[in-house]
Amino acid sequence: MTRPELLRVEGITKAYPGVVANSDVSFSIGEGEVHALLGENGAGKSTMVKMIYGLVRPDSGTMTLRGAAYQPSKPAEARRLGVAMVFQHFSLFEALNVAENVALGMENPPPMRELAARIRAVSEEYGLPLDPSRMVGDLSAGERQRVEIIRCLLQDPKLLIMDEPTSVLTPQEVEILFKTLRQLSREGTAILYISHKLEEIRSLCDEATILRRGKVVATCTPRERTAREMAELMVGTSLKTPERRVAEKGEVALGVSDLSAASPIPFGTSLKGISFTVAKGEVLGIAGVAGNGQDELLLALSGELRAAPDKVRVVGQPVGDLGPVERRRAGLVAAPEDRYGHAAAPDMSLVENAFLTAGVRKGLTKNGFVDWAGTRRFAEEIIAAYDVRTPGPDVAARALSGGNLQKFLMGRELMQGASVIVINQPTWGVDAAAAAQIRQSILDRAGEGAAVVVISQDLDELLEVSDSFAVLNEGRLTKPRPTEGLTMDEIGLMMGGAHGMEVAHHAEA
Amino acid sequence: MLRLEKRPTPSRFWLYATPPVAVILTMIAGGILFAAMGKNPFEVIRTIFWDPVFGEFAFYLRGQLLVKAGPLILIAIGLALGFRAGIWNIGAEGQYIMGAIIGASVGLAVFPTENRLIFPVMVIAGAFGGWAWAMIPAILKTRFNTNEILVSLMLVYVAQTILAKASTGFLKNPEGMGFPGSRNFSSYPAAQNAELIAGTGLHWGGVAALVTAVLAWILLTRHQAGFQIRLAGQAPRAARFHGVSPARLVVLCMGISGALAGMAGLFEVTGPAGQISIDFNTGYGFTAIIVAFLGRLNPLGIVLAGFLMALTYVGGEMAATNLGLPAAAIQVFQGMLLFFLLAVDVLTNYRFRLAVGAH
Repeated sequence: MTRPELLRVEGITKAYPGVVANSDVSFSIGEGEVHALLGENGAGKSTMVKMIYGLVRPDSGTMTLRGAAYQPSKPAEARRLGVAMVFQHFSLFEALNVAENVALGMENPPPMRELAARIRAVSEEYGLPLDPSRMVGDLSAGERQRVEIIRCLLQDPKLLIMDEPTSVLTPQEVEILFKTLRQLSREGTAILYISHKLEEIRSLCDEATILRRGKVVATCTPRERTAREMAELMVGTSLKTPERRVAEKGEVALGVSDLSAASPIPFGTSLKGISFTVAKGEVLGIAGVAGNGQDELLLALSGELRAAPDKVRVVGQPVGDLGPVERRRAGLVAAPEDRYGHAAAPDMSLVENAFLTAGVRKGLTKNGFVDWAGTRRFAEEIIAAYDVRTPGPDVAARALSGGNLQKFLMGRELMQGASVIVINQPTWGVDAAAAAQIRQSILDRAGEGAAVVVISQDLDELLEVSDSFAVLNEGRLTKPRPTEGLTMDEIGLMMGGAHGMEVAHHAEA
Repeated sequence: MLRLEKRPTPSRFWLYATPPVAVILTMIAGGILFAAMGKNPFEVIRTIFWDPVFGEFAFYLRGQLLVKAGPLILIAIGLALGFRAGIWNIGAEGQYIMGAIIGASVGLAVFPTENRLIFPVMVIAGAFGGWAWAMIPAILKTRFNTNEILVSLMLVYVAQTILAKASTGFLKNPEGMGFPGSRNFSSYPAAQNAELIAGTGLHWGGVAALVTAVLAWILLTRHQAGFQIRLAGQAPRAARFHGVSPARLVVLCMGISGALAGMAGLFEVTGPAGQISIDFNTGYGFTAIIVAFLGRLNPLGIVLAGFLMALTYVGGEMAATNLGLPAAAIQVFQGMLLFFLLAVDVLTNYRFRLAVGAH
């Protein structure tokens, strides 16, 4: 079947200082086509769609929309011409309700009552249950995404751009979203779908353009390819799956019992009665949709959030009331998700960032004075062992690409010989090769007898590395179960199914 | 159209080029200001920047430079430690006054006893006075999350009221024939902060300032506490992850800056000022804020900045007396320096780009 052409992109190039984000990129999308833009992190997908949405201007190249020259100078212009976008990170006000948030994104919002009715109508039409009067702060990530989608659909777009939409969804919510997208496609709305999740692309997309380092390396019809073939096109080399070691499960190294804590983050999720144990050599994977208490759990384990002494035990020692320094001394290291500003100080050098957490366990202070020579040696060891691409240990952390900085930060925690390692999102924003390397080193540390907790929103990653599996949902942790034998359906149910379905029934009643 | 673009790494060149460029821009803008006031701008600039060091009366004025630079450096270093950590003590002037009052009170209480320990004890008491005054905003901040900028600034005016009361009331010289002001320390050798080498203007305050600069530099670059101060200022969440307690840091930084300001006040009142009087304080506590930034919040830079600022003080006074410039014009000139410094400072982390084709 041939579709009339909607958008043609030809020879688009965009360079940033020190990096070419897109180089001579060309592809076209037909009306009603679901087109995948596939590539690793840093391949240039986001820059490409930002140019289509008018947020970034290309250095050279042309775009045509339905045959007419198309060069939006701002998103409002793109929207007027029928191009809408749902971002990976939502831009919603948590203290306003759904309808108010939608109104804020419109040029000429209709009266609130009318808008609420239209939101209801669209949400029912497309099977995206959403109550316009609810506060956004109370919504799950999946529901927030629906707000963004409905905001776009109210403009009746011809092209809907979706940037990694499933990273915040449960498997059941993904199904709902895909139904909606297929319906839109049938009605003639083209969808430009950005992702690196291959199975999704195979089930949803008609065509795919694969980017690597800013260039188009292949186009294909996803249904006719295997996920592995596409992955290799995306990465450019054949992929190695991490080797599992055969580990003896040892005694309990980390014990958390009935840990509750109020969230220090505004609109955060409080932890409610969390209990689990991790044995030496065991990897516990904690799944969950973003915003269900992952950050809070990390703070409570790292020592930034404190509790009663015996709520957290490291190798038998109660550490619940101790701060990060004492917990590191007791043998627990932690790696937060946010690299820029939490796990690392962006403007400080890699040497200083190495000292940030390694000072205690590596003995890098004498009488309160920092042993910078020793710290530099440790930073150089990390750089060598984790293949961190950097001109040297003295560059500022923010000068490194996300993946390289993550490798450095993982190395910093994993090379301290700790008996308990807690990591939130070990491979977020990291390219496939580096992610495989990070997962391998996590498994290696477990093989050496460390107890590891991996908190992640990437289910494939958790299934790959973890021995036992639990889900964090609204601040509660399910009972950990052995990973072997778990099905996607069971995992989906552990994750709380599809959030907000009950609201849909109310809306229909 | 010009557009600002964030640099991938801070520019080392602009980090060091910023202060001289700011000084030059200040001279140009100040020159225009002086010209508009009907003065010869070149003569004014020469009077401010050249004459104090190389002019006719340089033999006297050079000493004055150290007298003015000493307290500025001492206070600015304390402030810089806090500013580095993101703790904004704006009330050094108040801590300076309180240090002077407490320190002087200790000396005056034992008048006219002669003992070599009196002066050191007064220095400690001065540091304590400044420290205690700084603890008010510190504790209010850690306990009730008040804004230390407002509280420390307001406490300056409280301190000035106490100073007025001291010089007309409880510290008034009983042999002063009714004039306001305390006994003069120049006639009380055990408590006097005398010039150490005649003609240089060097007194114990200058020594303390230079020693403190070196110690602060070591603290910031070599010591864990210095690392924590820098970390807390740059990435507060990373600092908590590292294990810094924000409350303890506030108390530490406010305490150090208060103690140094208090010490500076004591050195001033027992030396150059000579006595507690209703207006012995000449705004060093506020000017030190400019000095701290002019010195890039770096202790060694602050030493240079302190001398530069002292130059504008000494030269400014010359310009005021010789050329009839109003004192306010000199203050505007000093303010310009901070303004241009902060403006040019943008270039350390950003660069200008010609945006092609944008409209």
